[in-house]
Amino acid sequence: MGKLGKQTWIFENQVYINETATVAGPMEAQGPLSETFDITFDDLHCHEDNWEKAERKILQQSIQTCIQKARLQTDQIDLMLSGDLLNQNVTSNYAARTLSIPILNMFGACSTSMETLAVASALVDAGFVNNAIAATSSHNATAERQFRYPTEYGGQKPATATTTITGGGSALVSQKPSTIRVEAATIGKVMDYQMGDPFDMGSAMVPAAYDTIKTHLADMGRSPDDYDLIVTGDLSSIGSPILKDMMKEDGINIDDVHNDCGLMIYNSDQPVFAGGSGTACSAVVTYGHIVSELRKGRLNRVLIAATGSLHSPTMIQQKETMPSIAHGVVLTREELS
Amino acid sequence: MDYLWAFLVGGGICVIGQILLDVAKLTPAHVLSSFVVTGAVLDGFSLYDKLIKFAGAGATVPITSFGHSLLHGAMKQAEDHGFIGVAIGIFQLTSAGIASAILFGFLVAVFFKPKG
Repeated sequence: MGKLGKQTWIFENQVYINETATVAGPMEAQGPLSETFDITFDDLHCHEDNWEKAERKILQQSIQTCIQKARLQTDQIDLMLSGDLLNQNVTSNYAARTLSIPILNMFGACSTSMETLAVASALVDAGFVNNAIAATSSHNATAERQFRYPTEYGGQKPATATTTITGGGSALVSQKPSTIRVEAATIGKVMDYQMGDPFDMGSAMVPAAYDTIKTHLADMGRSPDDYDLIVTGDLSSIGSPILKDMMKEDGINIDDVHNDCGLMIYNSDQPVFAGGSGTACSAVVTYGHIVSELRKGRLNRVLIAATGSLHSPTMIQQKETMPSIAHGVVLTREELS
Repeated sequence: MDYLWAFLVGGGICVIGQILLDVAKLTPAHVLSSFVVTGAVLDGFSLYDKLIKFAGAGATVPITSFGHSLLHGAMKQAEDHGFIGVAIGIFQLTSAGIASAILFGFLVAVFFKPKG
């Protein structure tokens, strides 16, 4: 019933993703997945006065578009689970101020996308809500300011750094049948392999992805072959090979099915250092590309392990290491009878 | 030949900065302040003046020369006024740079609205 193994939830009461909506910024719109975004902006400001307002607009538009695509009214949404990267989750809170939907804010850094989807699915499964929205956003410039340096400062970055993507993704979860079923979720543990370089989050988050994927497969009694795709959130070109090696050491080969959202979202010739990152990274790739592939039948079962680095600039200044977390959600294609 | 030395010495100082960023993982602010302090310390041993004589702009353009100028001004006034001279003189040689930073900062703030 519900819980399987140590950390995995099975949604037995048929929980579906009915609709999704994605909004993306200029760099992402030039990437290979541009066709899968509902709305794109050609300017980081998104016609707003500052970066924070721009991010808020992106999140709001993704939520509103998602509701519209599902042909629902805002007051039919019982709950929204949302999160972003800014202090006090201001993007989500300020967006919720306008939307007037009951909200639970969540923070799991870049794992928030699957954290919100897992909890939304659990609440729908349990019958507490009928229609739930899981939404996340991130913005390159707001994240730069909060986690790295002021945007006008122009500090150098090493090749291991990732580029926070600008975007927002929302999913409408309910029990109304659709082609995409949320089958299970594996809730991650905080892992820390004592890495402290905020310009190499890919490596720091590998242990979390490793632990969550391994636990998920063990809990479900499955092997990587049972999945058409196992994606991690934002391990980048630095973390992805390390993850594959760590899995291989345990006799689990994910080479053929693994990909990373941070590598899928950009072309290799774009100036993004080691790849994309950010709360919206796994959200826009999942709710855009992966959902569309599931609908078309090109994918049948996908595990999305969204990875998040849980540090703050203050912790880095105090010479703390960077703990990380990964939450996994399984989406399966279901033929509608 | 002057150009070559200026290029090599100035470039060498920048290489040290880059190594501090990439290998020692110092932040840009740490590199900046280390260079200012290093310039001042070298001037304390009268070494930086020799470097300027040798490499010209290669030694005056990098931020290390700011530390050198701070100490130079402070020491000069200290000779005439004792300890209080340190406070009087510290910004004497650098005042043009500091004043223009304030002035241009002010002008930019007056005429432009930051959106960053």
